[in-house]
Amino acid sequence: MKMATVYVDGRAYEMDPKQNLLHACLQLRMDLPYFCWHPAMGSVGACRQCAVKQFKDESDQHGRIVMACMTPVAEGARISIRDPEAVEFRQAIIEGLMLNHPHDCPVCDEGGECHLQDMTVMTGHDYRRYTFEKRTFRNQYLGPLVNHEMNRCIQCYRCVRFYREYAGGNDLNSFSLRNQVFFGRDRDGVLENEFAGNLVEVCPTGVFTDATLKRHYTRKWDLQMAPSVCVHCGLGCNITAAERYGMLRRLVNRYNGEVNGYFLCDRGRFGYEFVNSERRVRQPVLRGKPASAEPALEHLRELAGGSVIGIGSPRASLESNFALRSLVGAERFYAGVPGAQSRLLKQMVDVLRNGPARTPSLREIEHCDAVLILGEDVTNTAPRMALSLRQSVRQQPAEIAERMRVPLWMDHPVREIAQDQKGPLFIATPSPTRLDDAAARSHRAAPDDVARLGFAVSHLLDQGAPADLPDALRGPAEEIAQALKSAKRPLIVSGPSLGSAAIIQAAANVAWALPGAALAFTAPESNSIGLSLMEAPALDAALAAEADTAIILENDLYRRLPAAVVDEFLARFRHVAVLDCVESATTAKAELVLPAAAFAEADGSLVNSEGRAQRFFQALLPTAPIQESWRWLGEWETLDEILGAMASALPHLATAASAAPGASFRMDGAKVPRSPHRYSGRTAMLAQIDVHEPKPPEDRDSPLSFSMEGTPDQPPSALQPFFWTPGWNSIQAVNKFQEEIAGPLRQGDAGVRILEPGSQRPPFFDQIPPPFQARDGEWLLTPLYHIFGSEELSRLAPGIAQLSPQPYVALNPEEAGQFGGEVDLLGQRISLVRIADLPRGLAGVPVGIPPFAGLDLPMWSRISRPS
Amino acid sequence: MLTAEERAEIEAEFPRYPNRKAVCIDAMKIVQKHRGWLADDALRDIGELLEMSAADLDGVATFYNLLFRRPVGRHVIYLCDSVSCWIMGSDRQCKHLSERLKIEPGETTADGRFTLLPVVCLGACDRAPVMMIDDDTHFDLNPEKIDGILERYG
Amino acid sequence: MPYEKPLTGNMRPDGEALDRQAYERAGGYEGLRKVLKGMTPAAVAGEVKNSNLRGRGGAGFSTGLKWSFISERAPHPRYLVANGDEMEPGTFKDRLLVERDPHQLIEGMAIAGYATGTDVAYIFLRGEYKVGGQRVARAIAEAYEAGYLGRNILNSGYSLELYLHMSAGRYMCGEETGMLNALEGKRANPRAKPPFPPASGLFGKPTTINNVETLCNVPHIIRNGAAWYRGLSKSQDGGTKLYGASGKVNRPGLWELPMGTTIREILDEHAGGMREGHRFRGLLPGGASTDFLTEQHLDVAMDFNEVQKAGSRMGTGTMIILDDKTCPVGMLANLEHFFAQESCGWCTPCWSGLAWVERILGAMEEGRGQPGDLDKLAFQTRFWAPGHTFCALAPGAAEPLQSALKYFRTDFERHITEKRCPWK
Ligand SMILES: Cc1cc2nc3c(=O)[nH]c(=O)nc-3n(C[C@H](O)[C@H](O)[C@H](O)COP(=O)(O)O)c2cc1C
Ligand code: SF4
Ligand code: FES
Repeated sequence: MKMATVYVDGRAYEMDPKQNLLHACLQLRMDLPYFCWHPAMGSVGACRQCAVKQFKDESDQHGRIVMACMTPVAEGARISIRDPEAVEFRQAIIEGLMLNHPHDCPVCDEGGECHLQDMTVMTGHDYRRYTFEKRTFRNQYLGPLVNHEMNRCIQCYRCVRFYREYAGGNDLNSFSLRNQVFFGRDRDGVLENEFAGNLVEVCPTGVFTDATLKRHYTRKWDLQMAPSVCVHCGLGCNITAAERYGMLRRLVNRYNGEVNGYFLCDRGRFGYEFVNSERRVRQPVLRGKPASAEPALEHLRELAGGSVIGIGSPRASLESNFALRSLVGAERFYAGVPGAQSRLLKQMVDVLRNGPARTPSLREIEHCDAVLILGEDVTNTAPRMALSLRQSVRQQPAEIAERMRVPLWMDHPVREIAQDQKGPLFIATPSPTRLDDAAARSHRAAPDDVARLGFAVSHLLDQGAPADLPDALRGPAEEIAQALKSAKRPLIVSGPSLGSAAIIQAAANVAWALPGAALAFTAPESNSIGLSLMEAPALDAALAAEADTAIILENDLYRRLPAAVVDEFLARFRHVAVLDCVESATTAKAELVLPAAAFAEADGSLVNSEGRAQRFFQALLPTAPIQESWRWLGEWETLDEILGAMASALPHLATAASAAPGASFRMDGAKVPRSPHRYSGRTAMLAQIDVHEPKPPEDRDSPLSFSMEGTPDQPPSALQPFFWTPGWNSIQAVNKFQEEIAGPLRQGDAGVRILEPGSQRPPFFDQIPPPFQARDGEWLLTPLYHIFGSEELSRLAPGIAQLSPQPYVALNPEEAGQFGGEVDLLGQRISLVRIADLPRGLAGVPVGIPPFAGLDLPMWSRISRPS
Repeated sequence: MLTAEERAEIEAEFPRYPNRKAVCIDAMKIVQKHRGWLADDALRDIGELLEMSAADLDGVATFYNLLFRRPVGRHVIYLCDSVSCWIMGSDRQCKHLSERLKIEPGETTADGRFTLLPVVCLGACDRAPVMMIDDDTHFDLNPEKIDGILERYG
Repeated sequence: MPYEKPLTGNMRPDGEALDRQAYERAGGYEGLRKVLKGMTPAAVAGEVKNSNLRGRGGAGFSTGLKWSFISERAPHPRYLVANGDEMEPGTFKDRLLVERDPHQLIEGMAIAGYATGTDVAYIFLRGEYKVGGQRVARAIAEAYEAGYLGRNILNSGYSLELYLHMSAGRYMCGEETGMLNALEGKRANPRAKPPFPPASGLFGKPTTINNVETLCNVPHIIRNGAAWYRGLSKSQDGGTKLYGASGKVNRPGLWELPMGTTIREILDEHAGGMREGHRFRGLLPGGASTDFLTEQHLDVAMDFNEVQKAGSRMGTGTMIILDDKTCPVGMLANLEHFFAQESCGWCTPCWSGLAWVERILGAMEEGRGQPGDLDKLAFQTRFWAPGHTFCALAPGAAEPLQSALKYFRTDFERHITEKRCPWK
């Protein structure tokens, strides 16, 4: 790319001419304050904080004030940040923003990581001249996750821009005008958008704050933090987990340019509270009684020495699964997911490894310009991906703006030019999805018919793909095929959530019929792909295995199989041992329960749906005897040891070991500190136990230290516990760590991809299912996913639990007409909801919500009037 | 629910704009004309027709000064408070109205007859002070004249 | 008849609107026929450019030049909007034009529409102008009936749809990009420029925006030619202008006069001088958002360049007169209250600075002024300079204040030192 030379305060710099001056200056690590600009959302020029002086040429002594964020980088431009008039102007802006601000930093949750504080200090505004009354607002109840304190608002409009324009929400808005703009809902109530939690980070001050943090509040500078990975779906968003006094206090987004960028979903951000839940297993339990670690471990060893099988878990790390596999022997290790799902996952992995279609990162998904979704309600199965897809529909309209020479960072002009035009996004699912409003067309169909649509599209794209193209399918299939074919970066999204191999095969056919197309599969759990790569037989095979003992790793079998099946299965063993971090129906049946560390207390690796292996680290040391499952199960002293063992036993997973530097890694001889150097109270916090300050715990597993001592430099991204740099205490500090603003981190984005496509196209799949046929008196129970409620661990967080649905069964309104408000289903009384457009013959049921947890969905079942 | 009349009037606006959202200001004015003001359910009714949320509409409604989100009296008095009328003594007219009606600007009389709203320049500065009651403009105001005018509005 | 008055000369003395027939009898729609019959769009824009017609919305931009920004290759649909928001305090000219001669505006729009290849046009009218609204609506219906609007106008092949939009009320709706947002059913925040409306305007499409008075001049220019139009004026800028005067003058009113008539002539001859017992102290030449002029400027010709040279702007040409019995600080408090109240809340200098200034002036009027207030006020006026803010509202608010601080400084100081308003 050709760079432009721009003079800033007399010195020449190279800047990207496609960018604006603010972006470019920040990229060069200059300090220039701003509010309304956001690296992921571009410029709107509202706050006027980023003012600089611009000069016409060398002889221009006068110059004029311009907003850096609204001014394109141009060859030979001359600007000054230090110009006295610009400095004075920026001070005046802060003074104006602060007129009504309550100055309540001491009691504000944002204090110490507040962008407004930082910018106030940066501009040098420190004396209050305004003597009149401040305007005040009434705050709103916005639900269990986000708090509202409107008086702190500085009217930068970031919240509504994120919530409405970026995330597609419509229940938050700006109201009124002048210095009284109110940002909130039209009435009190739970924020409806699944990404509302990002307001906590998007808001530059303390208007929107983390309601879960408030209940166990700690200042940012007092947190002990570690790089971690979200465990609540298969996408593997990067997070920072934060501890104080042995308790997990909160999660924030950890920037990863390829994965989650700046944003998380609310399940990911707020699900962490399960770690502090009452349901945690904190003590070994032997035959129903609390036991201490030694006899418990002794017992486990004894059991492992006998005739034993091991059942792994898609929500346990590679290391823990490998440890169990090593303990029981590869041939006696089972994957811990039902056969149907295991086969789907294997098929996905095979398609991605053998076929030519590449699995895109979330960032790449944002840039795709035509998308077909087959069978996934992405917002509920891979939430953060939905946010990326929402950006992808902007790609084609943005091209019009580009042709008009409107730079893409000019956020509002680009949107005004695009109006309501959206790039092609097609969604084929049984029931409505939260992305439908962004879609060019949504197609409601039974699972088999979703697959049939996919097969039809692939045939239109490549005559070599098998055909079954009745007239009813031809119209939609042609529209989709045309849009995909004329796109530059087409994308197919699919996954296992409807339990249909045909859908995955259809998705593969479409991707393979379109040279260059990307293919993204969702994965149900945080390590579904990693476990699948271990190639262990599925749970069904374990049902037939002969052994005295079953050791079950971080897995509630009652969420995998029908209760009767699990009951019978467990009854067949003389001994059942379970390692888990939370109590479950399965731990209740175990002879031995061992307390496993939850993600924030553990080190380990996960492979996300993109095929990216990522490492997570301990934010807190668990209270003994809680420890990582892999420590319970093996004799490895350190993480590096087990990673080494895994690499030699499973060479195809060896790359995963390089997801982060090993424990011996040092920067100028120093470790990477988990706490900021302003961490307070270290000498006093344990004084009630011992007046001598204890030595900080050692970490043998990682190059991170449990203290504020360590390197001041930027560590490799996988080790970056938090973003902080002098003067930048808020999350905005991330600017200083990026190679390019909103691009990769300087040290490269964290994680290594271990799934890369093959070069040859395998033969097309040719098993096209027949059209779905409704039955009399029976309905196909079809899984409906809920971001809040369907996932096992996050359900234990109180805020998430409050937002989870009660059990229900959903029918098309016409079919529901024959019933009242409730029906009998699976021997229980269930309330009936009506979903317009749900195909006849299908009955939607919420995944993971009892009594539907553990069912092999979809399945046929009778539904009747309550007896 | 929108009445058939409201709905028909709003739908008559559709062909004038390329999308439904653009009709929202006209739609709110139409419903306000029928109902006097825009209660929460009015926004919901309009939202259903235009496929907009209550928050979408309220963000617009609270921006404009002729859209009322609180009830008003049977007659709305818009008294110009801009500069030419001020020079010509609109303060005194406002005070007179306040005392006569026993309300402050922005309030509605106890009998629900009048709401008094200050308004920006009514574009009749050569005949200041000026006020509008409902759709009629009244010029060259003084207290006696105001008393006479008020009589005409039941 | 001392002067030609193309805009107002035909208006009915009884205050009613000219209907279509009456308008036609006075030569109405001849201009439209002329362009449709034999002129290319570029020729129409060229003629208007030659006439030196400058925008009457306040900024004085060349109208013909503005039309030429819509390139022949620009996409369709294209839009044209007549700006009849007229919420600038002290301004009362467009009201007259829409109430008394709505066909003149419609014809002007049809011609402007032809010149710019417009498909759909809107008249954006102040919501409070109920009478004007009714009359415009009736005139639009008459024009459709007579074939001056709609499909294939006068069999020329050119089609134009014209709609009336009644505003829901905000000064920001008069700012052209705020108006576009209002027409799209949004909050009337201004839009970033570039891209300018001719490239991306209403609904993201090429758009031309002109003031009502500007458009009303167009039929006459086309009918009588650019040279005739230039000849109406006493100055460089073409045509006549609606000038007004309000405040304590003997005959407040509105007059169509040659462009470039001096302030003194307007005040003394047309407005009849100051009222008995009142002395002239200053005036805002063209609405609330213009700088004060004083005694020394009375011989300035009211046109865009001359008023600018005198340190103000002609703006809308409707003058607000300050007399010696009226408190200048009170007047500023009133003006800045208006601007503060109408700030859309988008950019910081405007929404925060105006609220602060409003409070300082309010306190000063009540005798609670503080030493140092004048510096704060002066700073805010610099803070609101063009380019510092997102649109021209706050820079407009700066104008009366910065000039008042210059010309009436002692009045401000007396409020502070005497701790009261000397006029109360
Ligand atoms: C805050 C603000 C309010 C305005 N109000 C009006 C108005 O009421 N009427 C108008 O014609 N122009 C108004 N303008 C000027 C318009 O933005 C625009 O320049 C004008 O309509 C262009 O028309 P013209 O070229 O024919 O003058 C306003 C500008 C600003 C900044
Ligand atoms: S998308 Fe998935 S991985 Fe990412 S934050 Fe949400 S739940 Fe976690
Ligand atoms: S960051 Fe540039 S104006 Fe807000």
